[in-house]
Amino acid sequence: MSDAIISVRDLHKWYSGVHALKGVTLDFKRGEALGLVGDNGAGKSTLINILSGVHRADQGEIKVEGREVSIATPRDAMDLGIETIYQYNSMVPTMSIARNLFIGREPTRFSILGVGILDQKKMAEESVRAIANVDLHLRSPDALVGELSGGQRQGVAIARAMHFKSKVMILDEPTNHLSVKETNKVIGFVRGLKEQGVTGVFISHNMHHVFECCDRIVAMARGEIVLDKRIGDTSIDEVHSVL
Amino acid sequence: MLPTLASRIPWSIGADGDADAPHTFKYRSPSLKRLFKTYLEKPELAGLILLVLLIVLFQVRSHGVFLNQDNLRGILGILPEAGLVAIGVTILMISGEFDLSVGSIFALMPMTMAVLMVQGWPFPLALLAGLLASAAIGFINGYVTIRFAIPSFITTLGMLFMARSLTVVVSGGFPPLLPADLPTWLFTSFVGPGNMFRMSFLWFVAVAVLTSLMLSRTNFGNWIKATGGFLPAAAAMGIPTTRVKIVCFMLCSVLSGFAGMLQVLRLGSPLPSIGEGMELQAVASAVIGGASLAGGIGTVMGGIIGTTLIRVIDNGLVLSHVDANWFKFAIGFLTIFAVVANAWMRKRAKAIKMEG
Repeated sequence: MSDAIISVRDLHKWYSGVHALKGVTLDFKRGEALGLVGDNGAGKSTLINILSGVHRADQGEIKVEGREVSIATPRDAMDLGIETIYQYNSMVPTMSIARNLFIGREPTRFSILGVGILDQKKMAEESVRAIANVDLHLRSPDALVGELSGGQRQGVAIARAMHFKSKVMILDEPTNHLSVKETNKVIGFVRGLKEQGVTGVFISHNMHHVFECCDRIVAMARGEIVLDKRIGDTSIDEVHSVL
Repeated sequence: MLPTLASRIPWSIGADGDADAPHTFKYRSPSLKRLFKTYLEKPELAGLILLVLLIVLFQVRSHGVFLNQDNLRGILGILPEAGLVAIGVTILMISGEFDLSVGSIFALMPMTMAVLMVQGWPFPLALLAGLLASAAIGFINGYVTIRFAIPSFITTLGMLFMARSLTVVVSGGFPPLLPADLPTWLFTSFVGPGNMFRMSFLWFVAVAVLTSLMLSRTNFGNWIKATGGFLPAAAAMGIPTTRVKIVCFMLCSVLSGFAGMLQVLRLGSPLPSIGEGMELQAVASAVIGGASLAGGIGTVMGGIIGTTLIRVIDNGLVLSHVDANWFKFAIGFLTIFAVVANAWMRKRAKAIKMEG
């Protein structure tokens, strides 16, 4: 499969005796929006955590753009162009928007052993541009993230991922605890990813949200993939019946 | 300019976006409101206001003695010792951890040096050994805290007792005699116009400037704030949070040990009991200066303001003929008052809506 940006083969994961992933094989295709659904404990979070470098698989292989890779840390995943946006934990509320955009990837003017002086001018300018590029209406990059609404925070996280030119964006329950209006914004964004050539992986409990913005749906149950179809070839009822 | 309807919508994506979007959000020069909000959000503001008020009060109550040269010399002469400890504790607190063992390291570091010098080690080597010993204790504090996922309150409480005990053990019960040819010119001699400062004050200023720049201007400072501000986010963004915290523990211990050496050089004798109770005063300093116990918030300047405030009260009470036993009461009251005032100001600042 040449159009697969990430392909995983026979991935296994055990958590202290629990077989959380039982040989998952899946291709994430370039530029598609994939909806990943399943009940709590179905294994979708485990799969995502492995791809984003939070956990390591016990067995199986991962290929990114055809090359076999080892993702040991979140940083490895980010360097491969896999960016994950979590429900809560992508932003530090006590820090400004500009600082949050560059956490862990701060531009420095010079550095010794990875520690250096921040290029604050560049951070301010680039954060204004990054925010504007996702049409996020904020007045100042110096505002604290703690003062933003849940939807605005997701917007900043998305702006960050776009700014660092991620190839695959994993959104883990991005619509939880959002108002209807803000949920629509997030859904609109997932739809927009395709135009940017970015692969979106959208994880949600809410089947309606998934059907609204994805091209393909993958359902997981008990650590296995139980359904993998184009949106047009299936229905909410069918997906519910296999879960 | 009145906000347009579009700018009131939290954020919008899609066809209604202006094609020239980048021009819509130029960085504007901060308005007066923004400036007011920014200052209200400064964590060290409450401490600074209290400090100024108290200096004025003591200056009046002491009939002008408080700010005269001799008295200022006295305050500035001992400020660096508590100040260096407070800087370390403040930075560690910003990273989300806590150190109760600083007072014991304050005593152990110079005691280690004294014992080595009695055995014939030259001063520079003894200094190096003392700093390395302090760094090692900081490393143990950090490693144990993180490796076993226990509160640093517990780890460093244990270390408080262990390091204090070690201090007495290595001294053999008697404070060793310091050699006569110590480089006091480098650490404690009076310098400057009218012999206003001790050398220790210059060390203190240098450390304060460097750590302050580290915190606000380097990527490492950003990692410290992120690690303490919200650990899961910092870790998810690839920050080596364990290393960040351990470095902060080590920095805190090294600064405390160095401060202890300054005190011993000033007093001329390595007493095993110095620095007792210092850990809590250092925490009070950090908190008065606006550092949050929960981590993520605080500044080096705040820690210094907090320390200065404590020294000013200590000195000012005596000068204004108040019973010196009120000292601890005043510190305690101020600690609580500063935190309440800070929380109130932050709430006020948040109420000033800038985005929307």
